[in-house]
This record gives sequence, structure tokens and C-alpha cells, in this order.
Amino acid sequence: MSDKTVALPEARKHEGFLKANLREYGMLLSLFAIMLFFEFVTDGTLLRPLNLTNLVLQNSYIVIMALGMLLVIVTGHIDLSVGSVAGFVGAIAAVLMVRYGVHFIPAAIACLALGALIGAAQGYWVAYFKIPSFIVTLAGMLVFKGLALAVLQGQSVGPFSPIFQKLSSGFIPELFPGAGALYPTSLLIGAALALGLVYVSVKTRARRASHGVEVEPTGFFALKNLILFGVIIYFTYLIASHRGLPNVLVIMIALIALYGFVTARTTIGRQIYAVGGNEKAAKLSGIKTERLTFLTFVNMGVLAALAGLVFAARLNTATPKAGAGFELDVIAACFIGGASAYGGVGRVAGAVIGALIMGVMNNGMSILGIGIDYQQVIKGLVLLGAVCLDVYNQRR
Amino acid sequence: MTTLLDMRGISKAFVGVKALSDVNFTVRQGEIHALVGENGAGKSTLMKVLSGVYPSGSYDGSIVYDGEERHFRDINDSEALGIIIIHQELALIPLLSIAENIFIASPPSRFGVIDRNAVYRRSQQLLAKVGLNEAPDTLVTNIGIGKQQLVEIAKALSKEVRLLILDEPTASLNESDSAALLDLLLEFRSQGMSAILISHKLNEVARVADRITVLRDGRTVDTLDCKAGAVEEDRIIRKMVDRDLEHRFPKREPNIGDPVFRVENWSVYHPLHADRQVIKNVDFHVRRGEVVGIAGLMGAGRTEFAMSLFGRSWGRKITGRAMLHGREIDLSTVSRAIDAGLAYVTEDRKQFGLLLADDVRKNITLANLGSVATGRVIDDIKELRVANDYRNRMRIRCSDVYQTSGNLSGGNQQKVVLSKWLFTDPEILILDEPTRGIDIGAKYEIYCIINELADAGKAVIVISSEMPELLGICDRICVMNEGAFVGEFDRSEATQEKIMRVIVRRGERLVDRNLERKLEEKLLGEAHP
Repeated sequence: MSDKTVALPEARKHEGFLKANLREYGMLLSLFAIMLFFEFVTDGTLLRPLNLTNLVLQNSYIVIMALGMLLVIVTGHIDLSVGSVAGFVGAIAAVLMVRYGVHFIPAAIACLALGALIGAAQGYWVAYFKIPSFIVTLAGMLVFKGLALAVLQGQSVGPFSPIFQKLSSGFIPELFPGAGALYPTSLLIGAALALGLVYVSVKTRARRASHGVEVEPTGFFALKNLILFGVIIYFTYLIASHRGLPNVLVIMIALIALYGFVTARTTIGRQIYAVGGNEKAAKLSGIKTERLTFLTFVNMGVLAALAGLVFAARLNTATPKAGAGFELDVIAACFIGGASAYGGVGRVAGAVIGALIMGVMNNGMSILGIGIDYQQVIKGLVLLGAVCLDVYNQRR
Repeated sequence: MTTLLDMRGISKAFVGVKALSDVNFTVRQGEIHALVGENGAGKSTLMKVLSGVYPSGSYDGSIVYDGEERHFRDINDSEALGIIIIHQELALIPLLSIAENIFIASPPSRFGVIDRNAVYRRSQQLLAKVGLNEAPDTLVTNIGIGKQQLVEIAKALSKEVRLLILDEPTASLNESDSAALLDLLLEFRSQGMSAILISHKLNEVARVADRITVLRDGRTVDTLDCKAGAVEEDRIIRKMVDRDLEHRFPKREPNIGDPVFRVENWSVYHPLHADRQVIKNVDFHVRRGEVVGIAGLMGAGRTEFAMSLFGRSWGRKITGRAMLHGREIDLSTVSRAIDAGLAYVTEDRKQFGLLLADDVRKNITLANLGSVATGRVIDDIKELRVANDYRNRMRIRCSDVYQTSGNLSGGNQQKVVLSKWLFTDPEILILDEPTRGIDIGAKYEIYCIINELADAGKAVIVISSEMPELLGICDRICVMNEGAFVGEFDRSEATQEKIMRVIVRRGERLVDRNLERKLEEKLLGEAHP
């Protein structure tokens, strides 16, 4: 290996830039390719407003849990118990609200706190006792699956109060009723979001440029933002032409923004990546590695609980089978989204895109009438393919 | 003497980079031929060409071995002809036994079933040959690194060796293990084996080599014949670096102040063996602007001492007082130690120092993220400025601070780790083997940085196994042995011989004590039959 690094010539710099970004946006491009494919083969059913809204509702709990799972995977661990925890918390919610008639707000808070407690109980063994997370959460998976069954006494409990159902099946209130077939409030929010995102990226770029930091070429930047803007507006339009923004989508977007910010811009986010990248080095740099690992599990527990509530509200009943197999979709979403199984690598945007890729494929294949059997085969192959592609890219 | 190997006009290019150009290299029957050069000079590439890792056709030039031109397609081809390479990183499997490791590739077997007796017996013979006194069924994880190196050699000897290639075999060995290994090489030579020795340690090279070939920037600079007379280290170094390093160590006028950091009655126990006291109630101090070296053999407790100070990162039942400017400080966690003004640069930068997959920038700011953040939000511009600042100050050679630190050379990685710790603005810097595995040019730069730090009023503690290095840069050298300080020398009075003598004297006393005990037992046994 050579000791000297030669300054890259201009032309190669641009080429390198494109290459780096192609990898960055590769996942996004494949999501679009998959959507286009299904849009085409389902004769336009996929992007019908009704179906798109359903798609969001169906996948909201996977996306929510993928945010927590990403952090767990980045620290170099895994959580197999999230499906069972979601099911168990949903069951507790049903028992509290339906059997004991507790108001939905204290009940929901209690459920989230329970999620945190479960996460803490598992994280404690992983972080401070150094028991492999695979084993701890495999145990958790069995424990909470069993507890859900016990709490529900093997039966389904429901229905929930209409106001709790709104968590997953409600839409944001319309401020301008009777303004026509489109929901103007949702349109406005979408437009504001799109404008805001473009504004932030323009401003960040200007700030970096003014400090002499290398930025992407202007044309590339403009095109990227134009596409981003267009896509958001288009999807808002589709959503607005059904019943407006679903409540759960608002929660999702807020969480995605929050986790995206925390992972990319804050000290705690940076430290989490450091723990996954090299735990010993992180520890010797003064990072409290055990505490961070512990906290990622607590966080995972809370998000699993939230997902459990969303799912229960969506089904309008808590069943002993709720949550079964969710962990697989959630973990797959993170890995399709480019997270590394060795820790230290992975992005929130990637995990969300991974979850959406899984969601679109589920939805599209169902529309096409492909049986659940082959759906699983295809999803499995897509997971393997995505990770292989990533490994191949890194080797080059 | 006949020529065993003749590599002629070897050129090898990677994408855009010429790694070797027109290299000539010969090895005679029964000689030890040393190959020296800075990191990146092309030593490893040349050996990979020779052993077939880079197959015939991927390089230009010819290899004549044992009188015939050879075209090795892979490492099996070269091994079949007795060319065996032992890599720098040991390739042993820790949880298998010594014997299993030796015969990992092709164990003696009958009808596909491993013949355990044969494995054991032949391992025993091989271990005797390399002078390793361990049972063949001992797990590799339970023996020290020096012995592991011997197992590697035994493994090589299990094949038909005619040309043994050793890549930095003593890099992680202490002096006595290194000496034993070199003696072994000399013994093999007397039996007619040829060897290629790649090493940074020029004193060892000078001791065993018959000839020395110096590579620089992918070219052969010269081949020196040691038979013609002793080859001076400085002469080799001049050839290696192509600049007249009048002194290997930069000059400095020490300006030493009052003691800043003082450790009293420090005691540490082994984390696994609760009754083994590893650091035995030691006292230690360092003054402002002073560079203090800690000498000692591997296992003397130097790293353990440093790490136990730094946030109790090693050991159990740690007791004693640490004082900064006369006031007792809390060193119970790493972040408290950092806050108190300590920094510890690890001896193993890859395992304990760097986030290898992350870029230079993130590595530099890791231990002091708070000061590039407002609240808990990282200010990326500020962070970038800090990273670029250190990149310039420390002359870190990288394309930009977004380059992955794992792709840098050893010397540059070390500078990244140093930058990280300087950014915490410490008063006390503990550098554990700061120049291990880096080339001479980078070493010189590291020494300059150490001098600058001392001149800036910091107290620097250097742990090193290279005695000339300690003698060259330290104002004072403390010698540690078996968890205690057994000697201390001022710069003016310290010599390699004196330090060695302190260590050895300590060893003699140990032997004596063993003898005494044996005598005692014997006497007691006679008294009470």
C-alpha cells in the first residue's frame, strides 16, 4: 500500500462525487423502480389515492419500529422481541381500555412506559451483563408472546373506543370544510413540508459553501431538490384526494424527522455510531458505551409499544397473534436500507426506505394476487439481493 | 554459494500506482537476507509476487527459483516448492490446540480420519525444533504472543521449507522473545535453510542478516553485504529514507517545571485472577514540560498501569491516590479522567484507538464532541474546521478529512489518534508505544510532536519497548518490572546497558528465589521423611 495520497484531478473528483451519491441514492432509486414496476403491472392500482393511504396505514408500525431497530443494529445488536412486545403491549392496552374502561390517554401513557420498562429489562442484560442481544431478545420474544396470550386468556379483546381507533384510522381534521373534493389542509401541510425541506437544504448548502466546504454541483443540487419537491407534492396530492393526511402518517413523519436529526446531527447520535463502530475505542474515548446500549433498547421498547398501540387501534382488537413476525419485517427493513450487521453503519432514511420497499412489495404482490407463500420467497430473495449488492459495492 | 532465488526486473502496478518498478532481488542457498524499507516501500508486495498471491502474469519480470523459471498461480504452487511465508498478523486459531493449529491445513490422516497420535507426535517434534516447551494440546489462546510466533514457525516447518519468509516476526515480541526467535533463525541457517526477513528493527537485522536489501518507493536502492564488515544502522536508514537523518531523534532543550502529576501507592489487581496483584503499590510523578519514559519487558505491567490510571480501564480493586497540582483527582471513569486532564494513546490503535470505518474528522472529535457542539447539536462547520486544523498541524496525509481512517497508513492513523487526544487539551499525555508499526519518517514526526507538547508545558509519559527511542526522546526513564518501578535514570546517565542490567538483575533475583525455595523443600523433605 502506498503512503502517499495524491490529490485527485478535477474530473475524477466529479466522477467520485456521482459515484458516492449513486450509492447514497441507490436505495431510493430502487424504491422508485419497484413502485413504477408495480404501478405498471397493477394497471395503476398501486398509486390510487385509496390504496396509497392504505399502504401508509399498513406499514406505519413497521416504519415506527424500524427507527428503533436501526439504532439497536447500529450499536451492533439486534432485537428479536419487538413483534412480541408490540403484541403484548397491544393486549395490555385492550385489557386496560376495554375491560377496565381506562381513558385512552392514561392507558396509552402506561403502555409506552411499559414498553420502556420492557426495553430496560432486556437492555440491562445486554448492556451491563454482556449477554448477546440475540439470546436476550430471543428469550424476550418467547416471554412476551406467552404473556400476551396469558393476558388475553387466549381470546381477542375489543372493540376499542372510537377515539382510540382514530390513532390509526383517523385523518387530520379539515380546517376548510366544503372546499371541494381535495382536502386543502393536507395539501397545505404537504406544500409547507416540501418548501421547508427545500429551504433547509438550500440554506445548509449556502452555509457550507460560505465556509469553503466542498458542496455538490449546482445543477445536480437543483435537480435533486426539484425531484424531491415534485415527489412530495405529488404524493400529497394523491393523499389529499382520498381523505387527507392520516393521523398516523403525521406521527410517522414527526418521528422520522426527529430520529433523522438525532442520528445525524447530535452528539448522542454520533456516540451511538461510535459504539457500534468500535466499542473499545469508544469506551476509551470517554463514551459511556453501556449506558448508550441500554438506552437504545429502552428506546426500542417505547417504539415497539407505540407500534403495538397503532396496530391494535388499526385492527380495533387485540389478538394473541398480533405482532407475530413483525420483527422479521423490521429487521429486514433496516438491512435492506443499508445498515451493517456488524454495527456502526446505517441511516434512518435507509431504514425508512427499506420499510417502504417491503411495504410496496407486500401491497403490490397482494394486488396481483400472488399467494402469501411466494410473497415470502420473493421478499427473502430481495433482502439477500439488497445486502449482497451493498457488500459488492463496498468491496469495489 | 549457489543462488536459490533470483527475482529479476519485477514491476507491479495497481490502478494508477506503481508499487514495484524493476526490482532485482536474490537469495542464496543458506543465507538470511533482510528486506528493509519504509512502510509502503513495496516489501510486502514483492513477497506477495514471490509467493504467488499475485499470480504470474499480473506482474512483469521473472522469478527463477532453484534453477528454473517459475510461474506461480497461487500460494499453493509456491508452498509446494518450499517457499513458506509467515505473515505479520498471526493466523492462528485461538481456541484450537497448538497441534491442531500446526496441522490445520493438512493433518496426517488415515482414510480421511485424522490420526490424532501422529498429529501429537509430530507436533512434539516440531515444537522441540523451535524450542517451545509447551504440550501440543495446549490451547493457543493460553500461550503468550511470543510463543504463538514460535507455533507459527513450527507450522511453517511442518511443510517442506527451503525458503522461509518472515514478515515483521518480532513486531509484537519483547526483547528476550525476539532474541530467541533470531537465534532460532540462525540455527536454521546453519542447517542450510534460507530465509527472507522483513523487519523495521534494524539492530535485529544487523545481527542476523548476511545481506540487506533496501527498498524505497518500489525500487531496489542497494544490497549491502554484511560479510564485508558491520553495517551501521545509520547507513541503512540513510538508504531507506533518502534524506540524511543526522539524528533519528529531534533535538530539544528541556524546560522542566514543578511536578504536575503524582501517583501514590497505586495498586491494581488482575481482572480475572483476583489475588494477583499486577501493580504493586507504586509511586510515580511527572513534571511540567517533562518527557518521562517507562521501560520494561512486555508483561511488566506498564500498559496495565497506564490503563488503570485512565478511568480504571484495566484491572480490579484499584487503590491509591492520583494528584494533579497537589490536589487529588477523580479518575474513576474515562470521562472523568479526560475532564481531569489525562489522555491515553493506546498501544493498539486499530483495536482500541480508531473507528476504522469512520472518517478522519469523526475520529478526531470523538473524545471531545461537546466542544464542537452547541448544546447537543454538532456544529458541522466547526467540526470540519477543527479536523482540518489538526490535519495541517499534524501533517496527516489524507485526501481530505472525509477519508476513511482505515485506509490511512499506520503513521497517519497514529497521527489521527494523537489529534483526537490533543483536541481534549490534556495536561498529562500517556503515549503507549506511540511509534509501533510505523515507518521511520513518521516516527520522526511523532517525536517532533512529543517535543512540541513538552515545550508547550504538557507532561508526557512514553511507554515504549524500543530502548533507543526512550533514550532518544525522554528526560527521565523509569524502569518497570513485575508491576513495580525498579530503577530510574536521568537523561544524562541512562544507557541501554544500564536499563537492561536493572531488568536482568531483577530476573536473577527471581531465579535465586526459586532456587532457594527448591533447596528449602529439599531440606524440609529430608528432615521429615
